[in-house]
Amino acid sequence: MPIIEFSPARIAFRMARPAISGVVRPRLVLVWFALAVVTFLVFCVSVGAGDFPIPLNEVVPALWGDGEPGTLFVMRELRLPRALAGLLTGAAFGLAGALFQAVSRNPLASPDMLGITQGAGAAVAAGVVAGFGAGLGTQALGLAGALAAGIAVYLLAWRRGASGYRIILVGIGVSWMCVSLTSYLLSRAQLHQAQVVLGWLVGNLGNRGWEHVRPTLAGVAVLLPVVLLLTRLQRTLHLGDEVAAGLGAPVQRTRMALLLCGIALTALATAAAGPILFVALAAPQIARRLARAGAPPLTASALTGATLVLVADLISQRVMTDLTLPVGVVTGVLGAPVLLWQLARTGRR
Amino acid sequence: MTRRTTPLPKPLLALAAAGALAVLCLLSLAVGARAIPPGQVLATLTGGADAGAGVEAVVWGSRLPRTLVAVLTGAALGLAGAVMQGLTRNPLADPGLLGVSAGAAFGMVLATGVLGVSGLLSSIWFAFGGAVVAAVVVYALGSRGRGGGSPVSLALAGIAVTYLLDSLTGGITLTDPEALDRYRFWSSGSLSGHDGGVVLGVAPFLAAGALLALSVAPALNSVALGDDVATALGHRLGAVRVRAALAVTLLTGAAVAVTGPIVFVGLVVPHLVRMITGPDHRWLLPGSMLLAPCLLLVADILGRVVARPTEIDVSLVAAFLGAPFFIALVRRRRIAEL
Repeated sequence: MPIIEFSPARIAFRMARPAISGVVRPRLVLVWFALAVVTFLVFCVSVGAGDFPIPLNEVVPALWGDGEPGTLFVMRELRLPRALAGLLTGAAFGLAGALFQAVSRNPLASPDMLGITQGAGAAVAAGVVAGFGAGLGTQALGLAGALAAGIAVYLLAWRRGASGYRIILVGIGVSWMCVSLTSYLLSRAQLHQAQVVLGWLVGNLGNRGWEHVRPTLAGVAVLLPVVLLLTRLQRTLHLGDEVAAGLGAPVQRTRMALLLCGIALTALATAAAGPILFVALAAPQIARRLARAGAPPLTASALTGATLVLVADLISQRVMTDLTLPVGVVTGVLGAPVLLWQLARTGRR
Repeated sequence: MTRRTTPLPKPLLALAAAGALAVLCLLSLAVGARAIPPGQVLATLTGGADAGAGVEAVVWGSRLPRTLVAVLTGAALGLAGAVMQGLTRNPLADPGLLGVSAGAAFGMVLATGVLGVSGLLSSIWFAFGGAVVAAVVVYALGSRGRGGGSPVSLALAGIAVTYLLDSLTGGITLTDPEALDRYRFWSSGSLSGHDGGVVLGVAPFLAAGALLALSVAPALNSVALGDDVATALGHRLGAVRVRAALAVTLLTGAAVAVTGPIVFVGLVVPHLVRMITGPDHRWLLPGSMLLAPCLLLVADILGRVVARPTEIDVSLVAAFLGAPFFIALVRRRRIAEL
């Protein structure tokens, strides 16, 4: 017979045979559902909004291929790729941020400040200035640059094991090198090339077709289950190296697995949409507060990240139509209040 | 930190550093797209021999202001870095890394790009304002919470604020192609393209900042022993912090207003000087002031020589030389426990 303990914060169950035990946090489950509903709603709104508006009650059936041919065409060919790109990059950034913050135990650590995104930027700038890298080439370059920079950070931080703080600081050093390489290339570039590179560098979801979304979708589909399997280890590592080792977690191997997943997710997302800053910083913290958890919860962080990017894209597309700001600028501006909020809250911890 | 004794007396070392600086200045006047023999440079400077109008125009019109800008901004950044490292007891402090330069740069972009302020002496106040706001936000953000005030937290706060300001700057420059064209040359941190008037314009601010910085050196020695000890030794901590912060603001703001952000000079130089003089700020601060211009001149000359006939901007060379040093520093020490 299973033993079940109830308390307002958690429901724990234990069974003797088969030997299974677990803890269900009702609040976390509630947060999952609420965030999933919000993400779905925002996704539908962003599919429906545009010069050819589709009302919400037609969007949902049309997602399953039920609607007028004109509506279906606009949705499938124009709106869905962009919205899906936003959803996937947001989720990947949120997830990667949660992984990095748990590994470094620092709420300010985020993969888009530690060299990975900047490596992608330097690779893209080099490609554009050298004359190739239109369309899909940019994405491939971004992916290669991000992976190379991420792995370089990890290897340089390795010294009888890699510790969280050393990864952060080495990442900062690598990111400065990549930034200065990028700005050297920018100062060499023709004005139109510079505008292409700068347009990519602030993060942009415009002109996304299926050919951009498919590689991201495939990558996230592979990584997502792997990362979710690591949830328990992520939460253990957040307690600190010594405590985690004492609890029997393989600290170095766990950290390597978590970081490699985080690097790969960041690289995928950056390649698809450019460096959309501050999503990876803000999403895990918002999710953590919503769920009242110790370590940033992974699923909730991914959903929050997706919502953030979709909302920022809606704002950049629809609210300030005369400016057409790229989504990365909107997340940057939205990031300021989050940073200040972080400032106000961390004092109480 | 252990105090290292050196075989040579410090005044002799200072003299050697000054000599190196003079030689580098001469090199900086001689090297470039058009190489001029050092003898001819000296002759032109003293006005003795008739070196020809072309040489005179190159030396007086472009190389001399450039060298002066390098010396002044280098000294300012080195001094600012040394003061920040002393004040925050943080071996990773640097005006560029901790976001102060980014704040000053954003102030300049706001002034010239959005508000249409023209003239360095008007827009420099925006640079000061931006530097102060960024420094306060970074310090407050980095010094609170668990592990608060640790070098890692401060560095992360600095990088977060830097990227935030960068994305705001990106928003400004993307909507205005003309602003983009002006900004991309200024922001990459170049010493060239300034005339003598700029040097004269920022010199008073730099001098005031340098005097203020040197005046807090004894107090910084006490701060290194801890806040309680410094208070017990009779220093008013609040006043020391305000004076040091004001000095950093003046030095960084004025330097950034001229050249754009240059990172790592303020980080590397105090560490090099500390290896020679030991941790005494009364030697560390003037030493950084002497050695930082040398480093900046070396970076500038390298940038001119490596990619001839074009040039690589000095901030890029500095970042390329400084970042490996930074990574080595991080690998060598257990920074988190400092």
